[in-house]
Amino acid sequence: MILKNAQVVLGDEVKKADLKIENGVIAEIGTNLKGGEALDLTGLTVLPGLIDMHVHLREPGFEKKENIESGARAAVKGGFTQVCCMPNTSPVIDNKVVVTYIKAREKEVNLCKINPIGAITKGQEGQELAAIGGMKGAGVVALSEDGKTVPDTKIMSLAMQYASDFNLKCLCHCEDKGLVDGGVVNEGYSSTLTGLKGSIRAAEDIIIAREICLAESLNLPVHICHVSTYSGVQLIREAKERGVQVTAETCPHYFTLTDEVIRTFDTNTKVNPPLREEKDRLAIVAGLKDGTLDCIVTDHAPHHADDKNVEYNLAAFGISGLETSFALSYTGLVKGGVLTLPQLAYKMSTAPAEILDLKGGKIEAGAPADLTIVDLNEEWTIDPNEFVSKGKNTPFAGTKVTGRVKYTVVDGEIKYEEKRK
Amino acid sequence: MLKQKDVTGLLDLSAEEIDEILTVGAEMKQLLRKGVKSLPDLKGKAVTTLFYENSTRTRSSFELAAKFMSANVVNIVAASSSVQKGETLVDTGKTLDAMRNDVIVIRHPMGGAPKLLAKTVKAHVINAGDGMNEHPSQALLDMLTMRETFGQIKGLKVAILGDIRHSRVAKSNLFGLRKLGAEVTMYAPKTLMPTGIDKMGAKVCKSREEAVEGADVVMGLRIQLERQHGGLFPSLGEYAKFYGVNEEVMKYAKKTAIVMHPGPVNRGVELTCSLIDGDKSKIEDQVFSGVAVRMALLKLLTMQEAER
Repeated sequence: MILKNAQVVLGDEVKKADLKIENGVIAEIGTNLKGGEALDLTGLTVLPGLIDMHVHLREPGFEKKENIESGARAAVKGGFTQVCCMPNTSPVIDNKVVVTYIKAREKEVNLCKINPIGAITKGQEGQELAAIGGMKGAGVVALSEDGKTVPDTKIMSLAMQYASDFNLKCLCHCEDKGLVDGGVVNEGYSSTLTGLKGSIRAAEDIIIAREICLAESLNLPVHICHVSTYSGVQLIREAKERGVQVTAETCPHYFTLTDEVIRTFDTNTKVNPPLREEKDRLAIVAGLKDGTLDCIVTDHAPHHADDKNVEYNLAAFGISGLETSFALSYTGLVKGGVLTLPQLAYKMSTAPAEILDLKGGKIEAGAPADLTIVDLNEEWTIDPNEFVSKGKNTPFAGTKVTGRVKYTVVDGEIKYEEKRK
Repeated sequence: MLKQKDVTGLLDLSAEEIDEILTVGAEMKQLLRKGVKSLPDLKGKAVTTLFYENSTRTRSSFELAAKFMSANVVNIVAASSSVQKGETLVDTGKTLDAMRNDVIVIRHPMGGAPKLLAKTVKAHVINAGDGMNEHPSQALLDMLTMRETFGQIKGLKVAILGDIRHSRVAKSNLFGLRKLGAEVTMYAPKTLMPTGIDKMGAKVCKSREEAVEGADVVMGLRIQLERQHGGLFPSLGEYAKFYGVNEEVMKYAKKTAIVMHPGPVNRGVELTCSLIDGDKSKIEDQVFSGVAVRMALLKLLTMQEAER
């Protein structure tokens, strides 16, 4: 197959080029390429296949919220060629049997690449190390306790050391549970106005600082999940400046929204860590610009309507993010003048591939033909009823965005093509 | 004219709406003083009180208010635990609606619950206290007592002392009093003072004396013993000594100042016993205003149908 007449993101540049795909890999990049079936992409832009290194697919155990098939459909619709799924399923992904199950479902569903992330401790209970070696053999790409922090610092330090023997990084959800103490939103003006219990930034920052201290002390890498505070960004920036092997991610909701939106008590605004204030949002944007924050993930957390149509305190945390991530990022960051298009492609594809040592993340001869093809001019309005994810929980309903995924190509096969309305 | 279907908080009411409720409340109070306890306004209407938290005075005050207006009243007392384990609030609301309730009065331990219920049901919803969010009928009754004492709210200086962080009463009073042109000062231990309340129009003070200086109204808020166990202050005794209102502190207030408390009061903690029982105390009048103002709310909400 030859992709013709598109603008292509090649490293730091955007160039008009044709791409020849053979046997699932990019065989040649050039102009006026011939041979085989051609797909005319005039007016469209080709990005390295987007990679989301932080999603919740809910299978096994919570298929009412999402399953691997619906999650993968949402992924390719959102332009993702690879996703990494978090282990807080039931049973928890803490042994090779569950990992093998997910890899089997990946093949069955046959849409995007699905890379499981294993738990750090058995049952995510924070006591004993999970079967890290066995899981690595079955295909995990990282370890995480996501949804919680490993409470015992000693266990965390041992986990980082043991994981490094298997070239696995720990992806750290940073939350001091005692300090959060049942808080459901950011502590500030909005929490006082609504009377919803707040949680201060330090609840996140203290654990970010702890993980940085461990990484520095042990001279090992660590990755910080879904950074939401200005002070957390600064902790990571300072750590990077002195050479600590720390990488970090954030999500579209943290650079798009502030906690003002909780004032309606709309439970779709409930997410962990919580939406914070404007100075945090601005710091997240600045952190993306200066490279403190390496990548953008969705933290896709689909829920059934029953989990959200309840009192704010009782509602589940999380946002269904796969189908809005690219458009929100392109609109907010590229159209917003923060990043160039190649820089955005780096945050959403190259960087996650580098952090987790995944194949992909670049358009170059010999690389897997994982490509995301977008129309950068199309304006549209987010409507959760159009989501293919089972989770319709988004605070972005009605938001106008620019940039629409047209095709998602995985290993040279078109796995998603937008049906014309 | 009260236009909203529901009364979920004073944040969402205009000064005119609050003023109207107080005016009707004052009329109700006059009638009650004359011993009139049977008014026809809610004849043929059904009112359900749905309480997910313990309450004696608020629930019975609403019940009496509805009965004085000739409504049929049903009381549902649900244990707090049923919020998490029982039927969902949305389903309960649909059930109460199907039974043809006209008004649902809800108290709930979680902020925003009355709004969720209001969105679900056709009946009018009155918030009788939701978590740390609002307690509009309490603030309205406080304002009715203030208005009757001083003639108007505008220009009054109201000092609020106590557990402001966890107090829906403090917030509803702040919103309502500011809308009607009063000044509000607050003082509490830092652990019991919420973030950002100064940006909502309260003057956060550094001492009891500063808060009470020149006040027309000194309002104590209940301190709950469970806060001590949560580490928010060392003991009720220490609270009373450093943060409670006593005669010495009251010397800073105006000579005509009144003492208020939403109750139930911890005698000798938020206020000294002599202040509670003294002639500055308006605590019993607050309870009286409560029935009247709740009658006003029921009347104004159910009048909307008649107008249509």
